[in-house]
Amino acid sequence: MSLQHFIKNAISEWMRVKGPQSDIVFSSRVRIARNLAGLPFPTLSTSSQAEEVVRMVYEAWQKDSDLPFLKKAAFIRMSDLTPLEKRVLVEKHLISPQLAEESPHGAVLLSQDEAISIMINEEDHIRIQCLFPGLQLEKAWEMASHLDDWLEKHFTFAFDDQCGYLTSCPTNLGTGIRASVMVHLPALAMIQQLPRLLPVITQVGLAVRGIYGEGSEALGQLYQISNQVTLGQSEEEIIDKLQGVVRQIIEHELDARRRILHQSALELEDRVYRSYGILAHSRVIDSKEAMQRLSDVRLGVDLNLIKEVSASVMNELMVMIQPGFLQQYAGQRLDPEERDVRRAKLIRERLLMENNNPSE
Amino acid sequence: MLCPECGKRPATIHYTKIINGNKTEQYLCEVCAHEKGDVPTFENGFSFQKLLSSFLNFEPSFSEHESRATVKHQTLRCPTCGMTYNQFGKFGRFGCSDCYYTFRTHLEPMLRRIHGHTTHRGKIPERTKGALKIRRKLELLKEELARKVQAEEFEEAAKIRDQIRALQEQLEQ
Ligand SMILES: [Zn+2]
Ligand SMILES: [Zn+2]
Repeated sequence: MSLQHFIKNAISEWMRVKGPQSDIVFSSRVRIARNLAGLPFPTLSTSSQAEEVVRMVYEAWQKDSDLPFLKKAAFIRMSDLTPLEKRVLVEKHLISPQLAEESPHGAVLLSQDEAISIMINEEDHIRIQCLFPGLQLEKAWEMASHLDDWLEKHFTFAFDDQCGYLTSCPTNLGTGIRASVMVHLPALAMIQQLPRLLPVITQVGLAVRGIYGEGSEALGQLYQISNQVTLGQSEEEIIDKLQGVVRQIIEHELDARRRILHQSALELEDRVYRSYGILAHSRVIDSKEAMQRLSDVRLGVDLNLIKEVSASVMNELMVMIQPGFLQQYAGQRLDPEERDVRRAKLIRERLLMENNNPSE
Repeated sequence: MLCPECGKRPATIHYTKIINGNKTEQYLCEVCAHEKGDVPTFENGFSFQKLLSSFLNFEPSFSEHESRATVKHQTLRCPTCGMTYNQFGKFGRFGCSDCYYTFRTHLEPMLRRIHGHTTHRGKIPERTKGALKIRRKLELLKEELARKVQAEEFEEAAKIRDQIRALQEQLEQ
């Protein structure tokens, strides 16, 4: 297993491919929760029961490791990772904060391109996660369902005719599905439409969060929109509904971008280049400001206002400037002040590299 | 404790039966207690009562004066994992899949609040698919049977009974 492979590169292989609508939708994710029949849920399982679940998934993988989606996958136990290594996986959205911090018997089966991660002993015995670039929720669901079928050949899942798949928390009951998209909405933020739009999304039964999951603050105008209801609707209906709302949000964002370009192109260009200047030259920058500046520049890239940098470098930096990555890069623990210095240096170096060897 | 009637679901309901002044007490699961509580009384329908009871799985009790299920949620505790409803209230997480049967009565309003629905409509595990189809068919046939009995179409009822038997055997295999 090459753990270095997973944590060295900020950009997962799946992210290198450009997905549909990727100027606004950075990624689509589908996660489904499953539990093994006859064993208590992870919150109540004993060490040996939890180890049993790890062993069962491990053996299923060993038997089928030649399946295309599992080729060169890695089976990683949380107990084998340092807190920093776990944090890096969380920042890449490959595991949940809960698996990293609260699951002594947690493990993850990660595909080589990191598009698939099967978390073991998180809140539920098994959580299958599939990540796709751009707006591709159906594909992500198809893949997750395919993995579910694979696992089902090996185990009996806790399922009830009426309640569907039984989950530790009743908010996941039924389909156990959580579909989400990460969207970048800088223009709607600039024309101050987000305070009006976001409550509407909540009213139609979807949830909106900042990018690093529950309760996290929105950084860099990146929002995660996901379904709330898991019971009483089919997976396809749930995904259709989310996709429909996201399409409307995309329209609004595109419209806002056109309006800004039309009414205040010079001011926008000025803002993009000021932000680029700060990123390219600052000596101390906190993550909130860095994310905002990266968001400005990314918008400039999407609108062809700036040529000095590519969208993929912006994506990469948004991940690399997170605390776990910075400390990984530094090879040591850093306090917040040190991180702000390292962050500024990392961004400068990355942009300089881009100027010398443009990636596109 | 598992329900002595079906042996499948946890016994969470205190069931009191009074026959000719003799009180018997039992703990049953919700489903079985519900079925017992809804015992239809046929004044003259001796054989049909018997016919029906062989499916609904209860003892014929013709001189029954009172049959009452008192839904007393003795401190609800999951018989499999030991979690109480209070603990669930604190954690917000269930302990095991049997908790869903144990706390079913509390669950319905909660699910309605969270999801607006109480019945799964999504994916069904491949290995449950066949059995689930049979169970759904059985439910329909049982309803049909009750209607036939009510309408006194006894020949029809007997045919349906045979179908139910056949399906039940299929399920047990
Ligand atoms: Zn029962
Ligand atoms: Zn339980």
